[in-house]
Amino acid sequence: MENIRNFSIIAHIDHGKSTLADRLIQFTGVSNERNFQDQILDNLDIERERGITIKSNAISLPYQAKDGKNYTLNLIDTPGHVDFSYEVSRSLASCEGVLLLIDAAQGVQAQTLANLYLAMEHNLEIIPVINKIDLPAADIDRVLAEIDSELGLDPDTHIRASAKEGIGMEEILEAIVERIPAPTGSDNRPLAALIFDAQYDSYRGTIIHCRIFDGTIKAGDIIRFMSSGAIYKVEEVGHFMLQRVKRDMLSAGEVGYIIAGVKTVSDVRTGDTITHHERPCPKPLPGFKEVKPVVFASIYPIASDDYQDLADSLEKYKLNDASFIYEKDSSAALGQGFRCGFLGLLHLDIVQERIEREFHLSIILSVPSVRYRFTLKDGREIYVDNPTHYPDPMSIDKGEEPYIRASMMLPERYLGVVMKLCMEKRGVNSNMNYTGPGRVELSYEMPLAEVIFDFYDRFKSVTQGYGSFDYDMIDYRESNLVLMDILVNGEKVDALSQIVHRERARARALIACERLKDEIPRQMYKIAIQGAIGGEIIARTTISAFRKDVTAKCYGGDITRKRKLLEKQKEGKKRMKMIGQVSIPQSAFLAVLKSDND
Amino acid sequence: MTSPGLYVHIPLCLAKCGYCNFYSIAAPELAPRFAPAIIGEMAFYKNAFRNFDTVYFGGGTPSVLPASSIDEILNAAHKMFDIDRHAEITLEANPGDLSLEYLRSLYSMGINRLNIGVQSFDDAILKFLGRRHTSKEALSSFDKACRAGFDNIGIDLIYAVHGQDIQLWQWTLKTAASLMPEHLSCYQLTLEPGTPLHLHYRQDGIKEPDDDESLAFFTTTSLVLAQHGYDHYEVSNFSLSPSWRSRHNMKYWEHVPYLGLGPSAHSFSGKKRWWNIANAREYITEIVRSRTVVSQSEELSTEQLALEALFLGLRTKDGIDPAIYKAKYGTVLLNEKRKPIDELMKNNLLEIKEGRLRPTLAGMAVADSLALI
Repeated sequence: MENIRNFSIIAHIDHGKSTLADRLIQFTGVSNERNFQDQILDNLDIERERGITIKSNAISLPYQAKDGKNYTLNLIDTPGHVDFSYEVSRSLASCEGVLLLIDAAQGVQAQTLANLYLAMEHNLEIIPVINKIDLPAADIDRVLAEIDSELGLDPDTHIRASAKEGIGMEEILEAIVERIPAPTGSDNRPLAALIFDAQYDSYRGTIIHCRIFDGTIKAGDIIRFMSSGAIYKVEEVGHFMLQRVKRDMLSAGEVGYIIAGVKTVSDVRTGDTITHHERPCPKPLPGFKEVKPVVFASIYPIASDDYQDLADSLEKYKLNDASFIYEKDSSAALGQGFRCGFLGLLHLDIVQERIEREFHLSIILSVPSVRYRFTLKDGREIYVDNPTHYPDPMSIDKGEEPYIRASMMLPERYLGVVMKLCMEKRGVNSNMNYTGPGRVELSYEMPLAEVIFDFYDRFKSVTQGYGSFDYDMIDYRESNLVLMDILVNGEKVDALSQIVHRERARARALIACERLKDEIPRQMYKIAIQGAIGGEIIARTTISAFRKDVTAKCYGGDITRKRKLLEKQKEGKKRMKMIGQVSIPQSAFLAVLKSDND
Repeated sequence: MTSPGLYVHIPLCLAKCGYCNFYSIAAPELAPRFAPAIIGEMAFYKNAFRNFDTVYFGGGTPSVLPASSIDEILNAAHKMFDIDRHAEITLEANPGDLSLEYLRSLYSMGINRLNIGVQSFDDAILKFLGRRHTSKEALSSFDKACRAGFDNIGIDLIYAVHGQDIQLWQWTLKTAASLMPEHLSCYQLTLEPGTPLHLHYRQDGIKEPDDDESLAFFTTTSLVLAQHGYDHYEVSNFSLSPSWRSRHNMKYWEHVPYLGLGPSAHSFSGKKRWWNIANAREYITEIVRSRTVVSQSEELSTEQLALEALFLGLRTKDGIDPAIYKAKYGTVLLNEKRKPIDELMKNNLLEIKEGRLRPTLAGMAVADSLALI
């Protein structure tokens, strides 16, 4: 156990976490240059494309230190977005220390701080690493001052590195060995293993990623998941190298995987504790919680035949994403589907993309909603996250919406535009302080609904990427809410209904109408697109009809050609949703969800 | 009207027109070998088809064949297939090729309908389209056809050509109508990818007419010809009375079987479609060696047949008889497609008249989309 180190790398987005992980893997010889694929730990295409880590991941690095001893350094990669803070916390709970990566040019950012606080909560040893020192814009002195003043860490403990150039790798590995404590725990105590991730393998079932705190586990053991009580027999345990490597046993302090024939995917929860059935540990490891989604939307298959496939793929998807929740839902216009909860809009985006990519399904998403609270005249209090369940307006005594506190860090020169943006988003109770020369920390209380829609994108755009943003839920506040519907050719499209602040309704409706107009192909007759509150039309656009569509010549040989073309068009139409007599393509639904200034 | 039609494709031309994407080659030297090859192919179908009541020589330019060749083919067909005594026998002709003598021999051998590819009465437009004849030759060919005895003559015209505005087109229509041909086909110019004209439009940045302009041409055509007594019975076809409709072409739209002979010709048995190799030399060689010239075939499912019947039927003024449609394809259109049909009727694109589901004029203009209900 003295020769094991469990660590993670934490950083603000784009500060070079994945590149550093890759370089450490290369340096320790797990992979050589030839079979090296950039950013090994970002397994998913979507992770590589977006440059962010969504899933947790782990790899064991063999390292012979300068003291002559051989160590196993377990790198546990953590998700890199504010939407995934619970997964981050479970990964961190599996470590004894972290590399806190700071971009030499950008310095300390909002998530540097947020991650640092998380690491501190887990009492982890923190090694600050200043990355990208090779950049011309690197300002190491400023970063050192920030490490001191903003992070409250001793600047003398930092390491300078360039993951891209391979500078500082040995110093980092030595610091991991010297400064991060070896795990504690005992092989003799009852088994306590923390699940920090799980993946589905179509051949082996669920692959559980875990950190053993106490005890040992081997094939043949009967284990129990403490939150659900489910019992399984272990089939295989092992380590993560670039692939899974089978081992006889995992012992206290180690990080590895367990395969136990877990087919019921909902039996695995990130943060749960695995113990032996016969000799359980007295209590589960701390920190397990059911994650609470804040954004809700419905998913429907475009082809109603795909409903069962969608159900299966959501079940499989859920295995790899403990924070995603879903239940059955149905829409008058779109048929059978699922109501889903997400940690944020990025999370929603990712789920949609992965369902489409990995399961080859075309889906439609309804407009996302936060969870509103209504007090009815009869005194009952209800929560509504689905516009379909909006109460009868006559029965509502009071409507409330969730508020968050947004914390932003930005260079002073963007203060004006950001404040303007926050006010536009109904921000109140601002607070501001200078954290360093030219840098401002700004906070606002804002409705969550305003933030999830397009705040983040616009914030990034007005601060030209220099600002950072994070938020916490605070409370519910009274709000003048209405249900805004969208009608296409007189038919209500319930997936496009939204609960909105009354003052926002007209602008939202207009945007939705315009976007639908751009995305719905012209049809044989004029189509009206309307936004309405109850019976009152508040916005309207029309799509003019096409008036000429006929092949001039249609004789012997033209018939096959024409029929094939029509068959293709019919296939295309199947990939659209019929609302009344209007075919609406998936892109139209997605366009309505997009942020306001895309 | 369930007797099949016989189509003979003569893919030879003196020169290929810039807009044409039919299979044809500028190789008139093949003409003498052609009739024997067609007759050779005919023999394959001797027992499969009978009782044709229409024969159609299309192309290409059938009129590049000597009259004797056409006579041979026609004689062979009579021997092998029992062609109806009152059959409509059409030949497509190019105005530039027609001498009175040639027309007289066609008429005497039993060709009773002539379809002349006039395309325009404006020389600038004819030149733009790459036609070899002039408007004067067009008028003269019509006159000769009448003198040769033809009393069922069709004229083909093309509209919405670059440089042709609605006024010029109306003038062309009126010129054509003043000749009182029994039949008129008016096609909107279709730029087929791969044709010289398509390339010309692209390279010179010539804009194709938009939706509204196309519709204006279409509607004007219908109205002007109606004033002259022509019945708009199919998207691009007009006749002085129902009896002068192209009986052969009606078979395509009414889903009646037809046999196509010649290179690239298509055939339909009622369930199956097949088509010949699109290469005249290869076609001739294969026939000489008694080998099949069928290039591809397809068996149609009921669903495919139903779709064809829908898009073909809705091209015609008479539309579809829902009872026949149900009997043939099992679909009760007015129940299963009630909602889209209602919507289209509400928007004045479809109507139910005399028990038939028919397109209106505006509906005919979007007939391809109507079939997607």
